[in-house]
Amino acid sequence: MAAVPGGLFAVYKPAGVAWGRVREAVETRLLRELNAAPGRAPRQHVRFLPAPGDDGAAGLVAARVPVLADHPLVRGPRFRRLKIGAGHRLDVKASGVFVLGIGHGNKLLTDLYNCHLTKVYTVGGLFGKATDDFSDTGKLVEKTTFDHITREKLERILAVIQGTNHKALLMHSNIDMKTQEAYELAVKGLIRPMGKSPPIITAIRCLQFAVPEFQLEVHCLHETQQYLRKIVHEIGLELKSSAVCTQVRRIRDGVFTLDDALLRTQWNLSWLVLCEFILGGQGTGVRAPSTDNCLVLTEV
Amino acid sequence: MASWARLVSRWRCLLRTARAAEGPRGPRGHSSTAQGCRGFAPLALLPSRSDILPWRLQAYRHACVESCSPPGSAKDGSFSSPESNLPSPVKQEQAKAETLPDLNAKIPYEDWDDIPPSSALEEISEEEAVQIIAEPLLPLQSSTLRDYVDHSETLAKLVHLGVDLSQVEKRQKAGQLLLTLDFEKDIRKILLFLKDVGVEDNQLGPFLTKNPYILAEDLEALETRVAYLKSKKFGKAEIAQMVSRAPYLLLFSVERLDNRLGFFKNELGLSVKKTKDLVIRLPRLLTGKLEPVKENLQVCQLELGFQRNEIQEIVFKIPKILTASKKRLKQTFDYLHNIMGIPHHMLTRFPQVFNSKLLRIKERHMFLTFLGRAQYDPAQPSYISLDQLVSLPDEVFCTEIAKASIQDFEKFLKTL
Repeated sequence: MAAVPGGLFAVYKPAGVAWGRVREAVETRLLRELNAAPGRAPRQHVRFLPAPGDDGAAGLVAARVPVLADHPLVRGPRFRRLKIGAGHRLDVKASGVFVLGIGHGNKLLTDLYNCHLTKVYTVGGLFGKATDDFSDTGKLVEKTTFDHITREKLERILAVIQGTNHKALLMHSNIDMKTQEAYELAVKGLIRPMGKSPPIITAIRCLQFAVPEFQLEVHCLHETQQYLRKIVHEIGLELKSSAVCTQVRRIRDGVFTLDDALLRTQWNLSWLVLCEFILGGQGTGVRAPSTDNCLVLTEV
Repeated sequence: MASWARLVSRWRCLLRTARAAEGPRGPRGHSSTAQGCRGFAPLALLPSRSDILPWRLQAYRHACVESCSPPGSAKDGSFSSPESNLPSPVKQEQAKAETLPDLNAKIPYEDWDDIPPSSALEEISEEEAVQIIAEPLLPLQSSTLRDYVDHSETLAKLVHLGVDLSQVEKRQKAGQLLLTLDFEKDIRKILLFLKDVGVEDNQLGPFLTKNPYILAEDLEALETRVAYLKSKKFGKAEIAQMVSRAPYLLLFSVERLDNRLGFFKNELGLSVKKTKDLVIRLPRLLTGKLEPVKENLQVCQLELGFQRNEIQEIVFKIPKILTASKKRLKQTFDYLHNIMGIPHHMLTRFPQVFNSKLLRIKERHMFLTFLGRAQYDPAQPSYISLDQLVSLPDEVFCTEIAKASIQDFEKFLKTL
């Protein structure tokens, strides 16, 4: 008999699809597999049927027949809905690691939110254009030249961004900076806002630079994908040109990385229960060495 | 006292005969006593029960005659031991044990009127309590057919045929219709008619699941429609295929069918033979709405820019385009023509790309572009045909067309 698995897992959301559709597609696939598995046998009850030979009213034979109300064609599918919750959402144009919780794992989703772990994005940009919604599919607002832009100038701007965001990080984490504990936390890198805060970039660096295209890696907290596109637009403005964002791709969400994300062909039960990820204390993870792909936290 | 003894004995006889008579009625009806059954008329079950009553009375009469004599001897055996515990009326009745068999053999119907009904608060012995069968009554109203399927032979036979009752009960009034019909009288002739038309035995269940309303149709009307289709030179096997794949076809009147066939002939401009072939391959064109088909043809002509003869070729190869969603059609065409750079005549040659998912086309095209193998022009070397692009499964696509491993494909997908 099939049992509903419980835990957290990550899927790779493709670009151009809303996150709700992804969640529903995963739910439909899992439901199809769970309903295809054989269910429990129907109950039996005793009926008095006419004897096969002579059919007078006295010829009754007691027979044990299955209860028709339990027949699969009468009862319908055993599983109709699955509780699948979504973690940090991704908008339509973005792609990447998307954490989902199933069954009992939905309770862990709130804990995951409260951990306030950083997420890592790969943001692709293009110099020379500016649009109204900061992405390359929007309405064109202006075109500029970009020949004067070099990698050093870009990295200087990124350093400025990182510095201002670091100050914001210290401010929003509500820690008195003049204590010994604050110093120790800062040395370990554990200073982080543990409540609501505006989007903060903890680290930003340039991965590729081939004028006019460039690619950044951004570590951030409490952000939205549109904020990242705005950052790209502002970088363009700072460099006295303009830029649009071509790609926003999440490569890490807390402890889930690209290797753990399941592709569309892998959204099924066999991949879900393939390996187990055991959450140790303080949010550190110990990965079981069975395979290097996908995971389910906490078997039910 | 004699009347009291007669009351108790008749009551016990009624219980025993009701229990014996309950057996053969098992699949159809139930109740603990015959009196309970008479007052029982659920809204859903009324019309089909009219045949049960005379049969039940007859069984009762048979059973009463046979089983009324043993109670006398059984009573002597059962009441001999726990004498002191029995209440006084039963003790009195014990004294009359020898006279009872005579009374029991003569329980006539005319004495029923002067028996006062027995009260539910009377004390009875353990053995009698055990012999009372009190099954719950069928609900008068229910939202599912599960409550009635064990007690209705019609529903049981439909389940054994393969009809999915859980789907049927979700339709409007279909569940009520099934409960009012009788298998032998109504359903059997429609099933025989469907078998004559050519629907396979194992298809009858799914057919009725999709279209339970055919069971309420008039047999002559259905035969007229099949005769009309035969007059239009559709062969027997072809009619069977059309009816199996579009279960609602036979619910359409002859005029409607005629109008729809004429519509397709005029709109598409194909020859009669080709239109018939199209309709046989996708019979749900005849049962669906006609406005979306017109709109799709307009979209193909005006927005996508196909010529009329190209549209005819595409529709003949892939009739599903007529019922596809316009937004999806436009998006797929936009990507194929503008981004992949495929001209109209190539799309006319391979219209099956319009059937596949846009995401699949996008991923595979981007992988081929990344590898430098995106060549869709047959004049150039290492040409990749569009139908191979969309129809092959992932492993075959990776090894044959892209000449890469499937792990590379997956890694590439994660960079998109």
